[in-house]
Amino acid sequence: MIKLDRVGLSFPGDGAPTEVLKDFSLTVPAGRFVAIVGPSGVGKSTLLRVVAGLLSPNEGTVTINADRQDNPLPVVMVFQDARLLPWRKIEGNVGFGLEHGQVSAAARRERIHAALELVGLEGYGHRYPHELSGGQRQRVALARALAVDPDILLMDEPFAGLDAITRESLQDELSRIHAATGKTVLFVTHSIDEAVYLADEVVAIAGKPGRLAAAIPVAAPRPRTRGAPESAGIAAQLREQLAEPPAA
Amino acid sequence: MTRGRATVLAALGLTVFLAIWELMPALGVVPAQILPPPSALPRAFEREFSSGIWFASVLLSLRNYLAGLVIGCALGVGLGVATGMSVSFEAALSWVVRVLRPIPGLAWVPFAILWFGIDPAAAIFIIGVGVFWISYFAALGAVRAVDRDLIELADAFGFRRADQKLVKVILPAAAPGILAGLRTAVGQAWMAVVASEIFGVPGLGQRMMQASNLLASDIVVIYMATMAACYGIIDTGFVALQSRLLRWKR
Ligand SMILES: Nc1ncnc2c1ncn2[C@@H]1O[C@H](COP(=O)(O)OP(=O)(O)O)[C@@H](O)[C@H]1O
Ligand SMILES: [Mg+2]
Repeated sequence: MIKLDRVGLSFPGDGAPTEVLKDFSLTVPAGRFVAIVGPSGVGKSTLLRVVAGLLSPNEGTVTINADRQDNPLPVVMVFQDARLLPWRKIEGNVGFGLEHGQVSAAARRERIHAALELVGLEGYGHRYPHELSGGQRQRVALARALAVDPDILLMDEPFAGLDAITRESLQDELSRIHAATGKTVLFVTHSIDEAVYLADEVVAIAGKPGRLAAAIPVAAPRPRTRGAPESAGIAAQLREQLAEPPAA
Repeated sequence: MTRGRATVLAALGLTVFLAIWELMPALGVVPAQILPPPSALPRAFEREFSSGIWFASVLLSLRNYLAGLVIGCALGVGLGVATGMSVSFEAALSWVVRVLRPIPGLAWVPFAILWFGIDPAAAIFIIGVGVFWISYFAALGAVRAVDRDLIELADAFGFRRADQKLVKVILPAAAPGILAGLRTAVGQAWMAVVASEIFGVPGLGQRMMQASNLLASDIVVIYMATMAACYGIIDTGFVALQSRLLRWKR
């Protein structure tokens, strides 16, 4: 479970500090898939960094409840750029989060293999990142996060740079993984359709500093079909929310 | 240009160079004592080699060279990495660096003699000082240039301690820059070898000075060529090691 309570965050700049998040509260129960949408620069990435513990909020509190206490890495992030380590082969990149001494070498190999299989890249382990396409690199980044087997998966526009076909297949992959593992997912996207297709709940952030503008549950049954009529209704509702300036 | 053609041209250039060199004393443009012709060199080398002096000098210098290079580079890279990782450390050292850096290696000779005497340790010190700064600034620059995003990645995957970040991200990411600096140091250290032995520490620099005082210019040329060969071999080996370590680069 993720619980943000009246979180405020500002970056010190020359002159007045920039307020990026203000009075931001959000609770994501365990196992829920929450998508965050909003215009660029509104503070979505900053929000994920706060949840990941990469940034400390100036105000408010962040509570993370891991489901299992033995997991050394309960929260893991997938960045928008694949952010692979160019000097490591693909298998070394996928195994990056398994180097905390908690997994034996044999178990590590097994988990790397399983994660690569999950994203459809079995047989690519011995290549270097520069030998892969952009879409494949993004899959490796996803495999690297999944190999850790976190309770909470934070994803920052992970499919934004991909072509439509790769993007849709990775969306389906992620849906399947979420259904199979029951991980909590916080998924940032600027695509309303992607958010509605994937999430149990879509949260819209708007304004400067960023505030929660709307939180709309998506009740459509899974597995979902693209462009189902009930999704279209929710998408339209979200577009309206995001177009209007939020009530002050 | 094809590889074969380039090789032919390079060989041609060297031949012309040697021919001009040979002709200058032969035509009486310069006396052979001042410029020994290349044809005189094999015999000079044979004399120097059979007396055992050549081998002993090379061995002594090579030891000074390697010791100075390894110690200077280890300290330089270590301090450079530490400075690159810590802003407060860098601030603390900034004036010290400004004071010490402009001092040329040769200016340390009096202190080297005072501290170590006419001893190989003095030569090692001089060589080490020279490569220290090269590797220090290479490491500092390379560590500062490490992609912040990769450091954030280490954080996001639970590697939060400085030593973890160093091993997992900073050192491998900075390796190309550090190795480029070390390669410069590998060459620069040979220049320092001669300088460090001029004041009497045994080795090929000292032998060169002796020969030069005796006007045995052919022996001087023998040692110049020896140094060029040593440098060539070591640099080639280093480049091979470098490309092995950086084979992940496209
Ligand atoms: N490290 C930083 N220092 C200063 N300002 C930042 C920093 N990171 C982000 N910002 C600012 O915070 C705002 C929100 O950024 P971000 O969270 O990346 O937005 P989003 O992901 O929604 O596009 C932007 O105005 C950005 O310029
Ligand atoms: Mg962003």
